[in-house]
Amino acid sequence: MYRYDAVDRAVLADRTAEFRDQVRRRLAGELTEDQFKPLRLMNGLYLQLHAYMLRVAVPYGSLSPVQMRGLADIARRFDRGYGHFTTRTNIQFNWIRLAEAPDILDALAAVDLHAIQTSGNCIRNVTADPYAGAAADELEDPRVWCEAIRQWSSLHPEFSFLPRKFKIAVTASPHDRTAARVHDIGLLLRRGRDGGTGFEVIVGGGMGRTPHVGPTIRSYLPAERLFSYLEAILRVYNRHGRRDNIYKARIKILVSALGAEAFAREVEAEWEKIGTEGDVPAAEIERIRAAFTNPDFLADPSTGDFEARRAAEPAFARFVRNNLKAHVRPGYGIVDISLKGIGETPGDISADQMDVVADLAERFGQGDIRATHEQNLVLPHVRLEHVHEVWKALDAAGLATPNINLISDIIACPGLDYCALANARAICVAQDIARRFEAPEKAEAIGELKIKISGCINACGHHHVGHIGILGVDKKGEEFYQLTLGGSGAEDAAVGKILGPALPIDRVTDAVDAIVGAYLRERRDGERFLDTLRRTGDAPFKEAVYADAH
Amino acid sequence: MPTLIKADAGGFVTVEDTFTVLEDDAPDPGGDVIVSLARFLSGDGDLAAGRSGRLGVRLAPEDDVEALEGRLEGVSTVAVEFPKFRDGRGFTAARLLRTRLGFRGEVRAVGDVLRDQAGFMVRCGFDAFIPADGAGPAEWAEAAGRHRHVYQRAADGRAPAFAERQGG
Repeated sequence: MYRYDAVDRAVLADRTAEFRDQVRRRLAGELTEDQFKPLRLMNGLYLQLHAYMLRVAVPYGSLSPVQMRGLADIARRFDRGYGHFTTRTNIQFNWIRLAEAPDILDALAAVDLHAIQTSGNCIRNVTADPYAGAAADELEDPRVWCEAIRQWSSLHPEFSFLPRKFKIAVTASPHDRTAARVHDIGLLLRRGRDGGTGFEVIVGGGMGRTPHVGPTIRSYLPAERLFSYLEAILRVYNRHGRRDNIYKARIKILVSALGAEAFAREVEAEWEKIGTEGDVPAAEIERIRAAFTNPDFLADPSTGDFEARRAAEPAFARFVRNNLKAHVRPGYGIVDISLKGIGETPGDISADQMDVVADLAERFGQGDIRATHEQNLVLPHVRLEHVHEVWKALDAAGLATPNINLISDIIACPGLDYCALANARAICVAQDIARRFEAPEKAEAIGELKIKISGCINACGHHHVGHIGILGVDKKGEEFYQLTLGGSGAEDAAVGKILGPALPIDRVTDAVDAIVGAYLRERRDGERFLDTLRRTGDAPFKEAVYADAH
Repeated sequence: MPTLIKADAGGFVTVEDTFTVLEDDAPDPGGDVIVSLARFLSGDGDLAAGRSGRLGVRLAPEDDVEALEGRLEGVSTVAVEFPKFRDGRGFTAARLLRTRLGFRGEVRAVGDVLRDQAGFMVRCGFDAFIPADGAGPAEWAEAAGRHRHVYQRAADGRAPAFAERQGG
């Protein structure tokens, strides 16, 4: 893992001091809430329905055990004993007092964490493949580029007041676990014909009110030219992105208004002018790369009693089937930790659970923890001989739900329970659906099915790319839910299609059940839900959900 | 006369602002004036070289800074407007004035200019400021000098972290 050096620590200390001064000016009445708002937002501090919320950055989703314990400590001292992992791989604390915010930032800085650029119209936390450095199908470790992007984008003097927020994803696997095509910029690492490393560059994806799957504007960008190219994209956006309407200010609107080709031409012309002056030198990239070369792997491919346990214990076998993924090295596996316990709030984790994860990462996981955009955690490097012990410890802490990628592994935004923007609740909808499909045999029989729930059109719950998307809307003061089918945030990215009229809250779970029933009737051998839907179209599903209404 | 915060020998001082902002239809009163980009580019005879006062150009956020390319001789100041502090186009304008157009005169930030942006503005090449929040040179210096390190190249010539690291 990358470790902060003296420079990184000084940047953080200076930024924390700056924010402390801004809070002091606010509390002293030197700043009005209007003036303070953009300043606190630059530091991830939101005013929600009931309290301040602090959003802490987890750069490219990567955490050390020390950092995880630091988060647990903050949850206990300054919040109500828990935190909430978001679809941006960040963690939110929902019950913060403004006067304590600077102390929290100091506590974060003590473990090299911060809330810089977790909100505001700036370049946000970069999304990485949560299996980076571990995935069997990876070309090379994308975290090298994520860390370089983290530094380049931090307190960027030119691009901190963009038309709107800006999100970048980097993946190096053919299987996209970052939702790259619905980011402002998606970077897909590619091998060049000359054997070099480069990126396919996707610009202008996004969700919100006007979802777009981003077009590719360059099929191969040599990796060493990444930063001049990013500068060119950001400059074109900063100059020409709309600022008259907050809902039309994302780069996706600019790209679709100009057309991908014309936008690409603008970027290339600007890139030409910038030249290599805009690039990060190879020596710095190599310095960062060295931090990610993991020296601690054992060459020993033995797996101890892993197979015997798996054969003897059905519950363990189920966990392995659903929550253990192939590692690039023999003898290792990737352990997914579900934060989607049945009936729990998706993404929530208690301070005690954070400590358990930290301990397990330390004892069995090379001190490496990842957060995923699907609101789960990952221990990317666990020896197979230790997976059983890890599973037992997770199970004891309520963290061993074997439902990764299954119907109860639901993404949900905080919704009307916390968020001032929401039209409807999302958490209780997720909980109700999860309870309906609680039986693990049933969930496994259904197979991969991603439900994503947003409490409003801002789409923080990624409903547009849910296989089943659920969007909360307000109808004359009542919560209604619109269903979409066929979305995907993976390499086959697609925006879901609205199935029919919105439903009242008490009909949502039945509707999901009806959709699942139609799928099970229609599916052919080996088809996932999405495959069946793409083959049949939505007619059988529409019929199943709305038959009663005729 | 209104005042202006100016970068000076590594610090900031208050100076008198001798410039008058001219509306497009106002006659040239002589002395130091700032005109819009459109008026400047129109080749207004009144503003011909040889007038006694100094000349400045103001850039609105939507103005194309590159229209000034090759035309900056004789221009003393470029006033970059921030109608709202959230409108970040002025940062790009200043940076390009310095790095692409090679402008060595004054680049001033005017409009909704707050001390909390001082560091970014200095990095993008601004060297004069008319703050909207009442900040004086001391506050401005404190805000602009907060960060001991920077991560990117910009228009201020500061060595980014990657260069510092290679330098040992």
